[in-house]
Amino acid sequence: MRVAIVVFPGSNCDRDVFEAIKSISKKLPKFIWHKETNIENFDLIIIPGGFTFGDYLRCGALASNSPVIKSIRDHASRGGAILGICNGFQILTETKLLPGTLIRNSVLKFLCHDLNVIVQDTLASPFTWGFKPSAKLNIPIAHNEGNYYINDNELKKLKFNGQIAFKYEESFNPNGSVENIAGVLSENGRILGMMPHPERSVFDNHNSLDGKLFFQNLMEQLLS
Amino acid sequence: MTKENINSECTLNQAMEMGLTEEEFKLICQKIGKTPNLTEAGICSAMFSEHCSYKSSKKWLKTLPTSGDHVIQGPGENAGIIDIGDDQAIVFKIESHNHPSFIDPYQGAATGVGGILRDVFTMGARPIALMNVLRFGEINHSLTNHLLRGVVKGIGGYGNCIGIPTVGGETNFNKSYNSNILVNAMATGLVNKNKIFYSAASGVGNPVIYVGAKTGRDGIHGATMASAEFSDDTESQKPTVQVGDPFTGKLLLEACLELMKTELILSIQDMGAAGLTSSSVEMASKGNVGIEIDLDEIPLREKNMSSYEIMLSESQERMLMILKKGAEEDAKKIFKKWDLDFAVIGKIIGPKKIILKKENTIVCNLPLDFLVNESPELDREYEIKTSKVNLSNSKIFNKNSVKTTVYKIIENENFASKKWIYEQYDSSVMNDTISIGNKSDASIVKIHGSEKGEFKGKAVAISTDCNSRYILNNPIEGGKITVAEAARNLVASGAKPLAITNNLNFGNPEKKEIMGQIVGSIKGIKEACEQLNTPVVSGNVSLYNETNGKSILPTPVIGMVGIVNNIEKIIYINAKNNETLFIVGQDENKYDGFLQSSLYQEVFCDDFLGQVPPIDLQKEKQFHDFVMKLNDNEIINSAHDISDGGLLPCMIEMLLFNKLGIDINLPPRIQNPNEKNLLFLHGWLFGEDQSRIIISTNKPDKLMEFSKSENIKIYCIGKTNNTGVVEIPKYDSICINKCLDLYNNTIPNLFS
Repeated sequence: MRVAIVVFPGSNCDRDVFEAIKSISKKLPKFIWHKETNIENFDLIIIPGGFTFGDYLRCGALASNSPVIKSIRDHASRGGAILGICNGFQILTETKLLPGTLIRNSVLKFLCHDLNVIVQDTLASPFTWGFKPSAKLNIPIAHNEGNYYINDNELKKLKFNGQIAFKYEESFNPNGSVENIAGVLSENGRILGMMPHPERSVFDNHNSLDGKLFFQNLMEQLLS
Repeated sequence: MTKENINSECTLNQAMEMGLTEEEFKLICQKIGKTPNLTEAGICSAMFSEHCSYKSSKKWLKTLPTSGDHVIQGPGENAGIIDIGDDQAIVFKIESHNHPSFIDPYQGAATGVGGILRDVFTMGARPIALMNVLRFGEINHSLTNHLLRGVVKGIGGYGNCIGIPTVGGETNFNKSYNSNILVNAMATGLVNKNKIFYSAASGVGNPVIYVGAKTGRDGIHGATMASAEFSDDTESQKPTVQVGDPFTGKLLLEACLELMKTELILSIQDMGAAGLTSSSVEMASKGNVGIEIDLDEIPLREKNMSSYEIMLSESQERMLMILKKGAEEDAKKIFKKWDLDFAVIGKIIGPKKIILKKENTIVCNLPLDFLVNESPELDREYEIKTSKVNLSNSKIFNKNSVKTTVYKIIENENFASKKWIYEQYDSSVMNDTISIGNKSDASIVKIHGSEKGEFKGKAVAISTDCNSRYILNNPIEGGKITVAEAARNLVASGAKPLAITNNLNFGNPEKKEIMGQIVGSIKGIKEACEQLNTPVVSGNVSLYNETNGKSILPTPVIGMVGIVNNIEKIIYINAKNNETLFIVGQDENKYDGFLQSSLYQEVFCDDFLGQVPPIDLQKEKQFHDFVMKLNDNEIINSAHDISDGGLLPCMIEMLLFNKLGIDINLPPRIQNPNEKNLLFLHGWLFGEDQSRIIISTNKPDKLMEFSKSENIKIYCIGKTNNTGVVEIPKYDSICINKCLDLYNNTIPNLFS
């Protein structure tokens, strides 16, 4: 299992993802600096959370023009698996590798707390298959711009294709996302963007170990 | 100031505009043997400001205990350092950003966080936790909402972006802060004991390097602003507030830590208060060398900046370093990778002077010893005033039922949960957070990578405290209690207290009763730190916290750090069903509690004048050792200290999470309800007597055995049940759901 973690100057969850993957797969992932242009032969590329370039412009907007993005697109077009967490999700929508966009939380506040996400009935995808639809995962969020927006036509398409990976519980939608969407898949199911941080529920000091389940399942699915 | 007059001699009027007194100006002229030019006078003014020179407090700060077996670095460096074993050390400091945060709450608070983080990573440590202590005015004051929202956004704006978890702190409200809020930020970092960096410059001829953001006109003379009282035209001081850029802060953090892994760097200091002035002066003077800087080499953000402006700018995210000769190119590569400015701006020289050149002329030539050692140390007049008021509990007693009373306390803004605030901070980034908010009495962060096989690892526990009610009424005893309470919080979390940092926030020291508060609380802190073996390793003083002549409450904040040697020994506050609750530190003979100076008095009398609860530091220490022993013997299931609000509100906090109930076992003499007994009951339930915690246990027999052999008093409160009702037999029933609602929703209802 070869995992790459893309590092931008303002990434701040790169180490956390590294250690989570290391503890689960027992193999060291590789950090890829955002200026690198040749990243081949990875089973999974992860774009971790953070504030890539300070995010003073739209979140992820500058990052989507980094040299590394071309390689990520190539990886995607080969059908490679990509996981964008939080800021990584924002970058994936900015690069149009995923549909929709992420705007400011409706409460106009940064929010950091535990919550449940519900696995949806999706198209074939290594990120969700292995979980029963409606399974709940307790994973924390920490974001200011996690309010997922998509227009009605595209939303219909998402639903029709089974591209909605995770939803927040109806009464605990933290940010105002359309249809409580917490995570979205690409049309081929190989790319996932999600706002919650699975790497923050992996270790004994965390409030839940559901992030570990998420990564374990992902590794199994990718290897099978 | 225009270019033409910048090199001309400074007049007395100009010097006074910069914040110097006539006396100080005369001393400067005499000592340097000339009338300083404007740049030189500006540098002297900044170095002599209260903020940099600690002139009012120095005499008293020197009396604090600063050494101990585990102290690696005491006060005087960017931050203090303590040894935690395994070749690791903890670096920490607290610092205020009060005045800027009132003028511009977002930027003031954000740069406060940025500044304290730089103090910690300057020493080679990776920051692992942020805390903050906030004080705002009354909740219905017209500015409070705006200031609180701005400050909280600012703290989050910086900490969340740079990726250091904000794990705790405290927020309080009082009308004395209406026009002078307090924002104290504390940072804690982890460093390899053999990789600590200091600020003393060395090696004549070695290059002086400027790295980080460019210098602009922001924050000019910020240190002087922070050393004066506010008046109504504070708005006009906006240009003295700095602007923070957490992204550049993050780049600087990573670049500096990367450079520190090499052998290229000798010493480093953050450009904090008084910017390039204090950093260059302090680095050179600590190293007993001189420094020469060519101001034309400083990376500037704006055109035509004068030497005066360059030296006094407080632009953020800048560092000054001394490299080994010839190391410039290799070091530069690291900063280029992180897209940061890197400039060789001068060199270390032999004579102990600071020499500044601009356009090939010398614009400043000042002796360093004078700037550092001869900055004034004042022996201000003081009077330690203690409250003359002595009230019996019957004068404070509100005559209400226990139920009404406890609901009122729980929904008070100074008791209710601050979750609405701390949820806006990223508390889980870096993946090591164990305890935030009310999960345990202290905030706890795992020491990264300390786990090995079956051993789950070590952790750092941090607590911040200050009880101004006590300090106002009795500065010395109040100072003791503040330190003791911080230590109690650590002990009740399963940690061993190690050392403190303090942030002394007071009014105008030129008034002898304010100076008395400063002197008194330092005396109290000193005594407690000695008894509890928690030396002071770093700190900050913020004076002149007054507006139009009215002072804030005395607020000497203590930030205490402790070690958890095995994270499986951490104690949380949530009790479980079917556990027995005990008070440790009191027995059945105690039925009249101490209501003076309490939160109860504040809530129901709108005032808190009176005596403060007595504290015996020797007993406090024995009590801490006893609690640690109980924890080592696995007798404690959960624990919470009894502080603000007294026994009942604090016990309810332990029951909230699992929505438990309990039948309280009342002392025999107050079991029969009548008016006199209700008065006693109120004292018993809401008094704030010291040196007590509540624990829950499944081993009551063992606890009683230990209590006898160690001669520590205990009292059995009762057994938890799952009724969700706190029963006070024959008096009242309290509904936990109602408590939970009041506890959680008070702050959101006020500020959403």
